[in-house]
This record gives sequence, C-alpha cells and structure tokens, in this order.
Amino acid sequence: MKLSKISTLAAAAAAVVTLTATPAHAGKTIDAIKARGQVICGVNPSLPGFAAADSQGNWAGFDVDVCKAVAATVLNDATKVKWTPLNASQRFAALQAGEIDVLSRNTTWTLTRDASLGLNFTGVTYYDGQGFMVTKKSKITSAKQLKGATVCVQSGTTTEKNLADYSKAMNLNMKPVVFETQEATNKAYFTGRCQVYTTDASGLASVRNKEATNPDDHVILPDLISKEPLGPSVRRGDDEWFAIVKWVVFALIEAEEYGITQANVDQMKASSTDPVVQRILGTSEDTGKLLGLDKDWAYRAIKAVGNYGEMFERNVGPKSTLKLPRGANNLWSKGGLIYAPPVR
Amino acid sequence: MNTTGIKPARPAPPKKRDWSWRSQALRSVLYQVVALALVFGAGYYLLGNTLDNMRLRGIKSGFDFVTQPAGFGIGESIIPFDSAESYGKAFAVGVSNTLRVAVVGIVLATLLGTLIGIGRLSRNVLLRTLCGAYVEFFRNVPLLLQLFIWYFILTETLPTIEEALRPLPGVFFSKNGLQFPIPIWSQGHVLTLAGLGLGLLGAWWWGRQSRHHFEATGRSRPVWLPGLLLVLGLSLLGWLLAGRPAALDIPEKSELNVVGGGSVTPEYMTVLVGLTIYTAAYIAEIVRGGIQAVPFGQHEASAALGLSRGKEVRLVLLPQALRVIIPPVTSQYLNLTKNSSLAVAVGYPDLVSISTTSLNQTGRAIECIAIIMACYLTLSLLTSWFMNAYNRRSLLKER
Repeated sequence: MKLSKISTLAAAAAAVVTLTATPAHAGKTIDAIKARGQVICGVNPSLPGFAAADSQGNWAGFDVDVCKAVAATVLNDATKVKWTPLNASQRFAALQAGEIDVLSRNTTWTLTRDASLGLNFTGVTYYDGQGFMVTKKSKITSAKQLKGATVCVQSGTTTEKNLADYSKAMNLNMKPVVFETQEATNKAYFTGRCQVYTTDASGLASVRNKEATNPDDHVILPDLISKEPLGPSVRRGDDEWFAIVKWVVFALIEAEEYGITQANVDQMKASSTDPVVQRILGTSEDTGKLLGLDKDWAYRAIKAVGNYGEMFERNVGPKSTLKLPRGANNLWSKGGLIYAPPVR
Repeated sequence: MNTTGIKPARPAPPKKRDWSWRSQALRSVLYQVVALALVFGAGYYLLGNTLDNMRLRGIKSGFDFVTQPAGFGIGESIIPFDSAESYGKAFAVGVSNTLRVAVVGIVLATLLGTLIGIGRLSRNVLLRTLCGAYVEFFRNVPLLLQLFIWYFILTETLPTIEEALRPLPGVFFSKNGLQFPIPIWSQGHVLTLAGLGLGLLGAWWWGRQSRHHFEATGRSRPVWLPGLLLVLGLSLLGWLLAGRPAALDIPEKSELNVVGGGSVTPEYMTVLVGLTIYTAAYIAEIVRGGIQAVPFGQHEASAALGLSRGKEVRLVLLPQALRVIIPPVTSQYLNLTKNSSLAVAVGYPDLVSISTTSLNQTGRAIECIAIIMACYLTLSLLTSWFMNAYNRRSLLKER
C-alpha cells in the first residue's frame, strides 16, 4: 500500500515532469473524452453510500452518480465511465497529472485547495461537517468530554487540521493516530486502539454501517466541529469542461426543484408546458449549445440518475442503509442549503 | 599484501600528452564533457518543463510553506510539538521519530542478530535448528505483512485502557501503549550526570591501563567489574551529593487515558519489534557467514591454547569475523532505516507519515518528496560514513 501510494505519486510527478512544454489549450478535456469514449472519474475506493464497488465491480453511490450523470450528458451513456479509486493522499496528484477528468470523491472545498492545487471546484453536492464516533459503552455524549482521548484519523484529509484546531480551542489535548488508508483507520478504531473515530459525519455513518459488527454499539456525537462542503472538482485551465461538470450538477438540482424525476422525465419532456421545465429539458430553448453540447444534455443526466433529491434518497437518505437526514442538504426552498443558479 | 617493501616496476609515463584526435587523452576528456552535458541538459530540461507545466496549471510551488504554521497535531514525539508550530518543525519531529525507531532498532537488531547467528553454529541441535527456523521464517515473509501481524497482535490482545495491565505500581500496559514513571528533571540531576560522565571516563582509563599492563606483563587484570563499579559508584555519589532528588512523574488514570510519565505507543512498539526481528534475521546470516569465513586453523589454535568456547568466540573468532561482517551489516543498517518508512502503514508518525500529511495540507508534492529524499539520503550517508570509519578501524593492521 505504501509502495502503491509512492508509485502513484511518483507517476503523477513524472507525468507533470515529462509533459511536453507546450501547454494544453482549453477545451482539450471534452475532445479527449469523446475520442476515448469514456469519462475517467476519481472516486473513493470504499465509502458505501458515496462510492463503492459491489462484488461484480459495479460502482454505486452518491459521488458515483455525479460521474454517471456527466457521462450520460457528454457521451449519451451513463455506463461509459472508467472508475479510478483514489486514496485521500493520491487524489489531487491524479487530477493534476491528467489521470482523471473529474474528481468526485467527498472532497472538501477549501481556499488552499482551490487556489494552489491547480483545480476548480464545480460546486457543492453535499454539505457536511466533521464529527466524532465513539462506542455506546463509553457513555460519552458530547465532544467536550473527549479530554485526552486517542483519535483515529485518515491522513491526507482536512480532518487532521480540524481536529488539531478543535482540540486546541477546547483544550482537549486529543492524540491523533494517523493511518494511510481508510481500511487501516477503520480497523484500528474497531479493535479499540482509539476511543474515537473522526471524519465527516456522512463518512462516519458509512463506516459504522459497513464495518461495525453491530452498528447500534456506536454513537455519532451531535457536535460537528467544521464546515465540510463536499463537491466534484476538475483540472484548472479548461473552462469548457469546468462549465459542463458545474451545470450538470446544477441541472440535477433544478430538476428536483421543478419536480422532474427519473420516472416522469419522458412524460415531462413530451407534455410539460412549464417554460422552466421546457428550458431544462431542451424542448424550447437550446441551452446545451452554449455548453458545447446538444439540447438534450440535461434530459440525459436526469434520465440516467434522477434528480438531486432522488440521488440523495437512493444512496444516503433515510430509506438507504446510511439513513442520513436531508438536513442542510435539502433544497433552499425547503429550509436547506442546496441552491442552483437558473438554467436559462 | 606487500610485505617485502619492493615496489613492482611500472612502465614510465609518457613525457608529453598527445592531444591529437586519435589520442586516448583527448577522447577521455571528450567523453566526460559529453556525458556531463547530457546529464545537465536532461536535468535542466526536466526541471524547466516541470516548473512551466506547474505554472500553467496554476499549481503553486516553492519551499516557502516550511515556515508556515502546520496546523495539524502529531500523536507522539520526543520533541514537544504544537499544531501552531511550523511545517519545518513538523518535519524535524518526523525525522526524530524515524531516528527513534532506527537507532534503537539497529542496536537491538545487532544484539539479536549476533546471538542468533552464533546460535546457528551451536553444537546444541535444538538451538541450532531453532535459530535456523527463525532466520528462514522472518527473512522470507514480507516486512509489511509482519508489521500488520505485530500490530494486529498488539492491538487485539492487549486490554483496553479501562482494564489496563498494571505489572508494577505506576506502570500501565494496554491498547494505548505502555506508560511508565520517569524522573522529573531537577537541578540535582546535573550532578548525577556529571558522576556518570566521570565514571565512564574512569572506566575507559582503567581499561586502557589494564591493556597496557597486560601487554607489558602478560597478566590480565579484571576490567569489567571495576569499570562497572566506577560508573555506578560515581553516578550514585553525584546523586547523593545532589541531595537525592527522587521526584517521579508517575502516570495516572484520567477519564479516557493515562496522563503523565513516559509512554510508548503500540505503533512504536510494532515498528520497533517488526524492524528488529526482520533485520536480525539478515544480520544473523551475515554473522554466521563471517564466523565461518575465519579459517578452521584459528579454531584449532585457540583450542590448543586452551581457550574456552566462549573465550574463543569472543577473543579469536569475532574480531577476525568482524572484517567480513561490517560491510554487509552496514547495508542492513541502511535498509532498516529506510524500511522504517513502512511505519506509516500502522499509523506511526515517522518522516513519511508527516510528509504525507504536509503534502496534503499544502499540495506541494514535489517539494515534500524532495524533503523526504534529502532526509533519508542524509541519514543513510551519515550511517555509512560512520560504519566505514569503523570498518577502517577493524581492518587488518599491517605492521
């Protein structure tokens, strides 16, 4: 694992080093994707609900659906995606070096990443916050009781920094034990090496659900210690591709707002008289042309994965195994933070 | 070996260099110039290309981040570290953690490896077989797997902190590691340390005197016991003079953890045990080979002198075997230091682990990897420089 990580980093570094001196001109990504017939998407190797492969190698999850929607939009086939599972510490190097077209891997949008890593975040798909998980047996009910606790955390995340900040602000003197991979972190927590597991609250729910012998033995504390706006990102320097990924997500959000679902999208396309729906589905104006696509672009995305709300419900929502509440990820009109600029 | 003092005749060098195209001198200079130009040209091209590409993609580069506050915590270190301190300090903590494993590991692996190597030559069948099995097993299982196994054993079998083993008062042994009392530093300890220093100096002087005495008269005087007494006695005297400072920092159970005292985490124990046992298997083979490289006549000669088996090994075989042993053992020391980078797999905050975190916080991949390489290169060069110096000392003295 160490070796594979080093070699990926080395390969990424080598790719940056050996690329030809002439710069890639804007618009290259979409041409390359069409020529290749595949979108290459960087995802989390194992975070059920967000991204995970089943025993047949079929990927599913919230982050996975974003890529499927993009593939449906640009290639007219949601299955034409090549999945590249990436560790937290490999992900940016892979994107920088051009190994992947889009990074959809529960990645927090921060200033440092946005401004110095050569990438652009295309928006927020999930509003999260860092939380703590402890065993029910410990009878801990608040993060303020974690004085001196040993905390398992995965390296290469914003989590380490938030933990240090919180520990310092609350004078808790928590001891981080940092692991390279999610699997190692999970194992250390569940064998009892650490009393606390910390990552984004959605991640905690996923880990608890998948790894615990009895998920009810573990409690996710109510305290969230950070803002973690998660979203997809693309390489900087290709504005056309940036716009496509950005608007695919916006279209999915707009679809939920105007009641377009995977099930009724065909019927809506055929008979809706709502001018907004007509615009989204390309029956009146051709919004796709401006993005370098055809007018059915948003229709295909919705047809492939459903609207934002359906994506949420299916993968992580109350009816899924993760049972995460909609909370901040509800539409702005329903008291949440999810808001998309208008498709027009 | 040239013992006769007669120098072999050499052909006289040509008086004047011939710089024609067909001369060897010109060609050799030319080849070197071309080779150098190629190396520098390739380096310049790659570096320039990298910087260009990074600038085009808006990737920031440079080492300015080293002075910025790191912002992340480090679980264990011998140097105290606070998240408000700089990345540079964090790297220093990483190096110190790597050294903490490497130095202790090298000492332990050498001791264990030597014992097992000698054990492989034992006349006792059981001991010989056991030592052979040890070498074959630990040498042939990948180190990373061994580390996982040790970590698994430690974290699975040890009790939780609530039910920590307490073999001695003030000592806790649990999944959180080993916590033990340490003396609290006070002014008085300076005198104890001074006593220790004086004792060591005295013991060294006594050893020298005894050797001279032995060479002059042929009678040996006891060396180890007086030396030990000198060291212990003078330290004790210093401690008594200082007024017997005895304050101890004793670990105590807090709500979730054990606070105070010294501590060793399961991650450190795993890496140390894993590296020691793995490297000891290689060192054992080197020691065995080194001893077997000493001619059998030496064994017969020492037997003829009436030396016991222990004295024979210590006085005759090992000193001669060392010459064969030191160079390959140096490589093993270097390997051990470099293998400690696997520590990241079990969560020990070594240099690589801290660099990975820094890399992810800052995004400066090339810079962080360059720092890792520079640190390991420095450590390795220092180790081989030291071992080469030692090797020169142990070489056959030609008199």
